[in-house]
Amino acid sequence: MPADVTLPQLTAKDYASDQEVRWCPGCGDYAILAQMKKVLAEVGIPREKLVFVSGIGCSSRFPYYLETYGLHGIHGRAMAVATGVRVANPDLSVWVVTGDGDGLSIGGNHFIHTMRRNVDVKVLLFDNRIYGLTKGQYSPTSPQGKKTKSTPLGAIDYPLHPLSVAIGAEATFVARTIDVNVKHLAEVLKRAAEHRGTAFIQIYQNCVIFNDGAFEYATDKPTKDDTTLYLEHGKPLLFGRDRRQGIRLNGMTPEIVTLGEGVTEADLLVHDEKADDPSLAYLLSRMHHPQFPEPMGVFRCVQRPTYEDLLMGQVQSAIEAHGPGKLEDLFAEGETWDVS
Amino acid sequence: MSVPSAEQQRQRRTVETIDLADVTVRFSGDSGDGMQLAGTQMTNTSAIFGNDVCTWPDYPAEIRAPVGTPAGVSGFQLHFGSHKLRTPGDRVQALVAMNPAALKVNLADLEPGGILVVNEDAFTAGNLKKAGYTSNPLDDGSLSGFRVHRVPIERLNAEAVADTGLTGRAVGRCKNFFALGLTYWLYDRSMEPTLKWIEEKFGTLPAVAAANARALKAGYYFGETAEMFEARYFVRKATLPPGRYRRATGNEALALGLVTAARLAGKTLFYGSYPITPASDILHELSRLKHYDVRTFQAEDEIAAVTSCIGAAYAGAIAVTGTSGPGLALKGEAIGLAVMTELPLVVIDVQRAGPSTGMPTKPEQADLSQALCGRHGESPVCVLAAGTPADCFDLAIEAVRIATEFMTPVVLLSDGYIANGAGPWRVPELSALPMLTVRHPKAGEPFEPYQRDERLSRPWALPGTPGLQHRVGGLEKTDITGHVCYEPQNHEHMVRLRRQKIDNIARTLPPLEVLGRRDAELVVVGWGSTYGAITTAVEHCQAEGLSVSSIHLRYLDPLPPELGTLLPRFGRVLIPENNLGQLRRHLRAELPVDPLGFNKVQGKPFAVGEIEAKIREVLKGK
Repeated sequence: MPADVTLPQLTAKDYASDQEVRWCPGCGDYAILAQMKKVLAEVGIPREKLVFVSGIGCSSRFPYYLETYGLHGIHGRAMAVATGVRVANPDLSVWVVTGDGDGLSIGGNHFIHTMRRNVDVKVLLFDNRIYGLTKGQYSPTSPQGKKTKSTPLGAIDYPLHPLSVAIGAEATFVARTIDVNVKHLAEVLKRAAEHRGTAFIQIYQNCVIFNDGAFEYATDKPTKDDTTLYLEHGKPLLFGRDRRQGIRLNGMTPEIVTLGEGVTEADLLVHDEKADDPSLAYLLSRMHHPQFPEPMGVFRCVQRPTYEDLLMGQVQSAIEAHGPGKLEDLFAEGETWDVS
Repeated sequence: MSVPSAEQQRQRRTVETIDLADVTVRFSGDSGDGMQLAGTQMTNTSAIFGNDVCTWPDYPAEIRAPVGTPAGVSGFQLHFGSHKLRTPGDRVQALVAMNPAALKVNLADLEPGGILVVNEDAFTAGNLKKAGYTSNPLDDGSLSGFRVHRVPIERLNAEAVADTGLTGRAVGRCKNFFALGLTYWLYDRSMEPTLKWIEEKFGTLPAVAAANARALKAGYYFGETAEMFEARYFVRKATLPPGRYRRATGNEALALGLVTAARLAGKTLFYGSYPITPASDILHELSRLKHYDVRTFQAEDEIAAVTSCIGAAYAGAIAVTGTSGPGLALKGEAIGLAVMTELPLVVIDVQRAGPSTGMPTKPEQADLSQALCGRHGESPVCVLAAGTPADCFDLAIEAVRIATEFMTPVVLLSDGYIANGAGPWRVPELSALPMLTVRHPKAGEPFEPYQRDERLSRPWALPGTPGLQHRVGGLEKTDITGHVCYEPQNHEHMVRLRRQKIDNIARTLPPLEVLGRRDAELVVVGWGSTYGAITTAVEHCQAEGLSVSSIHLRYLDPLPPELGTLLPRFGRVLIPENNLGQLRRHLRAELPVDPLGFNKVQGKPFAVGEIEAKIREVLKGK
C-alpha cells in the first residue's frame, strides 16, 4: 500500500458483527460491549489484529458480537486458549472475556498462571456475583449468606476477591470499574489496551435477572460517592460527595478519616499504581463495602517483560547461537554411523 | 596407557570366542546404580559397530525408592544381533545383578544355563534381608542352573579408581562402568565409543572422567585376566539397508518428526504440554530445539496444555500436545472443542498402565477405546498408532499431514515401551520426505469459515488477515457460514458431515501391508508396540511352514478401507493386545469379523514365544 494512502478511521460501529445481540434486556453486558467497541475505534487497533477469546457463560458470548477474530471456547479455559494465540502470533491483540464463574471457579487455575507469566492478554472479568447462564447459583464472588437456588439457606463459602488474587499472582495491570459508569469503564479499557502484559479488569456488572441490585450501593446516586473511591495515580485517597473523607494508614491498617478535624490531605495515603512492591495495591484490594469505600480504577500498572517477549527472546538467541535450524543437522545430532 | 582396540583384543584372546546371531543382556541394579547409563552405552557401542539393536529400559516410578529393595530395582535390556531385530528379546542370555534385590527381580527372565554376573560385595546380610532372601542364593545352591560369576565389583572398582582423587560415594558411582567394561570384554565390544563419551561428558571434571575410564578398563581387563569365563561371545554386523543411522527412542523420534513436519509445512511448531511419565521426554527434546522455531509451553495443567494448542492452531501454528492416559482423559472436553471448531491439532498419548495412576513407568495399550470414543457427543477424531520407535518419526509427520489437510484433531498413540525403547533409526533423505502443503485463504478471497473443499475440510483462515474476521467456538455451527445454530436438521447434517470428513481420510492412506499370504489359515492383527513381537513370532512360524500371516494397523480411525474385505478371507483372526480386547471390540463393531483375543495386562510387553505358542495353539485347534 502506498504510504500516502491513509486508512479511513474506523468508528465503534465498524467493530460490530452482523449477529443479533442476545443478552437479557437491561443486562450490564450491553454497556461493556458498547464501550469496548468505542475504545477499540479510539485506540485504532485494526479489526483483523484483534482476537477475542471467551469461555462459557453469559459474558462469553461477547466475541460473537464483534467484527474481529474470535474464539468461544469451553468453560474456564479462555486464558489458556489466549496464551496459545499470543505465543503463536505475538502481533495479535488478544482479549479474554470471562465471568466470575468462568474465570474464578472452573478457570481459577488458568487465571493464576496467566497472570504470573505476564502473557500479554487483556482479561475482562464481568463480575455479577452469580451464575447467570445456569440460572442462578451462587458464584465464587457471591457474599457469604447469599440465598440462591443452590444455597436456599445461604452460601457458607467465603467469597474470593479477584483483585487480591490477581495481585497475589503477580499481575502487572489490575483495575476495577463498573458497567454503569461508562466514562470510567472506557478509560479503564483504554488503559488496559495500552498496557503491555496481562491486564486484569474486574467489571462490576449487574445481572438483572438473578442478582439485580448487587452493586446498588456503588451505583445509586445517594450512596455511590461514599461507597466508592476513584483512584488517581499520585493523588491522595479521597472520597465522599464533597471529597472530605480520605484513607489514612494506621500502622498496617487503613482507616477512614475526615479532613478538617486535625487531618489534612498530607496525612492521607497517596496512590501509587507504579509501585514495584504490590503491598499498596493489595491493601486497596482488601477494602470492601460496607467497611470501606471500594476503590475503582487502576490499582497496579507496572512493566515487566511479557511471556511472549521472553520466549521469542530465547528463540532468537538460540538462532543466533546455532543458526536457524536445518533438518539435516537435526538428523545428524549425536552419534551417527554409516551402513554401506 | 593406550587402549588396545577390539581387534587387538581379539588377537590376544586366550579363551575361545563363540559367534552368536544375537544376544540379549540385561543390566540390573538399584535405581541409583547407573544401569540405564550402562545399558545405553552398550546400545550405542553395538549400534555404531553395526549390529541391529532393540532395547527396553525398565525402571521404577519412584525416583529414589528405598535402596536395596525390589521396589527400587532398575533394569536395562539390550538385544543386539547380526540380523533384523524387532524386540528387546524374550529371555536374557546374560544378567548383570548389582545387588540381591536386582537378582531377585530379574532372575526369572534369565534363560536356563545363562550367564549371571553378580556383584558379590553387595550380598551382605542386610541387603539379602532387604531383598527378602532368607538364605544367600550365592551359597545355597539355588543358582545351580546358571553359570554364576561372583565378582567383587565394588572392591575391584574402588581399587581401580583409588588414585584418581575421588572419595567416598563418588568412588562407588563408577561401579556401573566396571560392570560395563566386564560385559564389553565378554561380548567383545570396543571400549572406544564409551571412552569418547566419558571424555565429552566429564571433560570439565577430569577426576570423574579419569575414574570412570579407569573403572571401564578395569572391568574389561578383569574379564581378560581373571580366567573366570570359559568363553567370549561375538555378534557380527547386521546387514541393514544402506544409509546413515542414529539411535532413537520413540519419544526422540516423535520430537524429530514433529519438528520435521512443521518445517515441511513451513510453519511454527507449538508444543503445549504438562509433564507426565512417560511423555515428558518429548517436551524435553523439543524445548532445546528453539532454533527450529519451536515454541514450547509448559502449561499449568493438561487442560491448559491442550487449550493453548487450540489457541495456537487458530492463530496458525502446528499445534501439538503430548501426554499419557490420565492427561488424555483431562483433555477430552477440549478435543471436542477442536472437533467442533475444526482446527488442526495433534494429541500424542504415550500410554501407560492404568486406570488412574496405575503403573506410570510400565507400558500398556489400554487407551485405544479412550482415543476412539473418549469424548461426549458424536466426536470423531483420526486415531493413529506407532509400532516402533522409528515409526514414531513417520507417524508424527503423518499426524500433522492429516490434521492440517482435514482440519481435525489427530490422536497419535505411542506407549512406554516404544517411547523409552531404542532402535537404530535410518536418517531420511530430505528429498524422500513427504510434502506438506498448508493453505490459508488470503485477504480479498471469497471466504466462509465453514465452506467445504472436496475432502469436506474447511479453510484455515488466520487472524491478522484483513477482511476474514470470523468467530469459531463450541456451539453448533450453521453449515458454511459458521454462525451459531440450534436448528435440528442442521445439527444432524453437521454431525454426519464431521464423521464423513474423518472417513474421507481413508482415501489418502497408503495400501495395507500383509506379512505373508492373503488367504492364510490365520492372520494375526496388531496395533502399536506389539509390532515387534507379532512380526517376529509370525516370521518364525512361517519359517516352520505354518499358514499364518500378520497385519499391523497404524490407522485405527478411519480403518484402512481394504481391511473389511481382506480379513474375512483368512480362516481366523487373532488379536494380541496389552489390554482386555479394545481393538477386537472395535473391529467387531466396524467389520464383519469375529476375532480371537490374546490379552496380557502385566505392564510388560508380549514375549515373542508367547505369541508363537498362541499361534500354534490356534492353528492346532482348527
